[in-house]
Amino acid sequence: MTAAREAVRPKTGRVEMRDIVKRFPGVLANSGVCFDVVPGEVHALLGENGAGKSTLMRQLYGMYRPDSGQIIVDGTVRNFRSPADAIAAGIGMIHQHFMLVPTMTVAQNVALGLPSGRGPFTDTKGVSKEVTRLGNEYGLKVDPDAFVWQLSVGEQQRVEIIKALYRGAGLVILDEPTAVLTPQEVEDLFTTFRTMLTEGHSLIFISHKLYEVKAISDRVTVLRDGQVVGSGRTCDLSQQDLVHMMVGREVKDPDPRPHTPGPELVKMQGLKAMGDRGLEALRGIDLSIRSGEILGLAGVSGNGQKELAECLAGMRKLSSGKLLVEGHDMTNATVNERFDRGMAFIPEERMRDGAIREFTVGENVFLHDHMSKRFRRWIFLSFDRMREHALSLVELFSVKTPSLEVPIKNLSGGNIQKLIMARELSRDPFFLVAAQPTRGVDIGASEYIHDSLLAQREKGMAILLISEDLDELRGLSDRIAVMYEGGIIGIVDRGSSTVEELGFMMAGVTLEQMRKDGASTGKACP
Amino acid sequence: MKGLFSLNVLTGVLNSMIALATPFLYAAIGETFAQTAGVVNLGVDGIMLLAAFGAFFVTLMTGNLWLGLLAAAAIGLAMGLIMALISVTLKAEQGVSGIGLYMFGLGMSSLLFKVLVGTVKTVQGFQPVSIPILSTIPFIGPILFNNSVLVYGAFLLVPLAWVVLEKTNLGLKFKAVGQNPAAADSLGINVVAIRYLAVCIGAILAGIAGASLSISLLNLFQDDLTSGQGFIAVALVYFGGWSPIGVLGGALLFSAVNSIQLWMQVLGVNLPASVAVMLPYILTIVALMMTANRARQPAALNKPFDRSEN
Repeated sequence: MTAAREAVRPKTGRVEMRDIVKRFPGVLANSGVCFDVVPGEVHALLGENGAGKSTLMRQLYGMYRPDSGQIIVDGTVRNFRSPADAIAAGIGMIHQHFMLVPTMTVAQNVALGLPSGRGPFTDTKGVSKEVTRLGNEYGLKVDPDAFVWQLSVGEQQRVEIIKALYRGAGLVILDEPTAVLTPQEVEDLFTTFRTMLTEGHSLIFISHKLYEVKAISDRVTVLRDGQVVGSGRTCDLSQQDLVHMMVGREVKDPDPRPHTPGPELVKMQGLKAMGDRGLEALRGIDLSIRSGEILGLAGVSGNGQKELAECLAGMRKLSSGKLLVEGHDMTNATVNERFDRGMAFIPEERMRDGAIREFTVGENVFLHDHMSKRFRRWIFLSFDRMREHALSLVELFSVKTPSLEVPIKNLSGGNIQKLIMARELSRDPFFLVAAQPTRGVDIGASEYIHDSLLAQREKGMAILLISEDLDELRGLSDRIAVMYEGGIIGIVDRGSSTVEELGFMMAGVTLEQMRKDGASTGKACP
Repeated sequence: MKGLFSLNVLTGVLNSMIALATPFLYAAIGETFAQTAGVVNLGVDGIMLLAAFGAFFVTLMTGNLWLGLLAAAAIGLAMGLIMALISVTLKAEQGVSGIGLYMFGLGMSSLLFKVLVGTVKTVQGFQPVSIPILSTIPFIGPILFNNSVLVYGAFLLVPLAWVVLEKTNLGLKFKAVGQNPAAADSLGINVVAIRYLAVCIGAILAGIAGASLSISLLNLFQDDLTSGQGFIAVALVYFGGWSPIGVLGGALLFSAVNSIQLWMQVLGVNLPASVAVMLPYILTIVALMMTANRARQPAALNKPFDRSEN
């Protein structure tokens, strides 16, 4: 008990990193980076994927050791050998991919690795109490005895923050903490951050979302190619300044040309399907997509978007309902039949469903097309023709790769996604399902992917764009459908709804309810 | 056939069931530790063989059973360290390194037996110890409370292992490195050290399992003494759903079948001996088919941990 009590008092949040250099084979990940945080402030760290942000933070958290440079905590030079040392120095880190054990309870996850008040035995009761107390104090409500696999993504994140607070972290590093949250959850999270700041914690906030950086941070540092390219007070810098520093050039927002979509190409009627846990994940989806239309699909993850995408791709069986593509019944079509009919897929888990990690770039281009006559000579593959085709795609989509022979896992997320996109589009499909096409992809590549989606829209393709990034959906979609608990809770036209309205729909409030509530409050205040 | 159902025979069947469960319990509970931490050690049978020989030989030479047991544990530890070095530090394929370990144990125990002993000899093994009062309970007493030290140890190991895995900080760490080593690493847990510890606990227990055969149950050594019991122990871990209680259930089921088939032979039941001997192995396959439930399997089972790849 005493150990836990002491631990909740925040330790120092004053940290300085001086001239950090970190080399990986063939890459200079950080070259002479300086970075510091003082108690009570939020210092945002911005940069494209591969700019060296995570590498820098992993050194601060003891996961890597710098080749040279100093880490100074509260005036003392420290040499962290493992995260245990960093935790002892009062540093906590919330990773982009949560570091939780799903088969354990919240309290067990929090207590993991710490000495217990009961000697060798776990002190579940004591830890549960403390979790509840921290939850109340910082607005992080979560049931300490629930298993982590039962929790929503937002709740899991609360557990991660509680883990850091429980260890008495004065400084908390947050690696893209808002990536998977609804706008309301982001608001709650920021409220928690503000409470932490008034108690003297300091935060390092890594994000791609510039308006969030503007909203929460006091200072901002921008990294590019492992170097600091800009740093200053957030209020002195505009969003345009920040983008310019990150990318090194101007980036324009997607701007779809207004046009009238063509005839209906895709019709989903009452699609139902089971999820992985044996519960009904889709409870009757009715949607139609027209030629030249991007239909956005919003929703908090876990509301059936993933299952819908898998059903459309033929990777999950529909339990009832009908899928019509150009009038053909594709409800029970095999994956190959779907490809042949002109359907294409950009899967959400690109390294699991979209590419084979150990295969080369060239081989990954041919995952579908190895049966195609174009690339076959008798029963053998024609490697010359395949090579030629792959090279042209790599060039056309400006995929940055040293050669076709490197394993695809060595490429950055953005380049892998561009390659998958190139592969899918090269087959001239007319219906594309793009699931989270820019998740974890840097701004430059995102812009490229957005532009290609819009180009295909102009050519008359029907596109289902599944995303958790509301800006992306609002920027690209002709219509946005919102999914909630396996159903479509509402569909809105481009530009007709605010982020808040979409956020409420994602949380299960229909447009009608919103209007009624709005009307009733209107009456109550004369 | 009638004789099989008399009270005397039933007592005999249950008695040998308890004894035969002993090596399964040590080996399978040991393997439960290793697998909970994410390492499949297929070399259990090899460890059992070499340790069984070690225990037998030391006992033969010194006449001291406890020194024999110590030798078995030491051999287990040494082979556990080899397994951990190959699969945790060098990150080799666990299945292959385990089979290598098995082949090594099989061959080495046979070679040493030929060179150092040569002919079949027996030793005076651990004798049954009656527990006062309890052993006088009719029927149950002689079955449960008149056994050798190693048999008692095996059954006491079950609740002990359960408490360690479910109720202690160390157990939490074993589970964490088996389910999500990256998460454990991010909390400052030394994944490599915890996996070494789990593999070595498992291997020491496998060593004791071997000793329970050569200096408690059979009191001799011969080539391939275990006849694959170590592999059945690995299967029992899956069967028992990575829980010591489940392993206990599985071990009793298998030893019951084994004991019945032995008594069938003793009583001259009209069934070819080779068919009778096959029964436990057939049961292994059937039981695993019926219990193919992967939901409880440690998510990082068989996966080496490498921090830099994340």
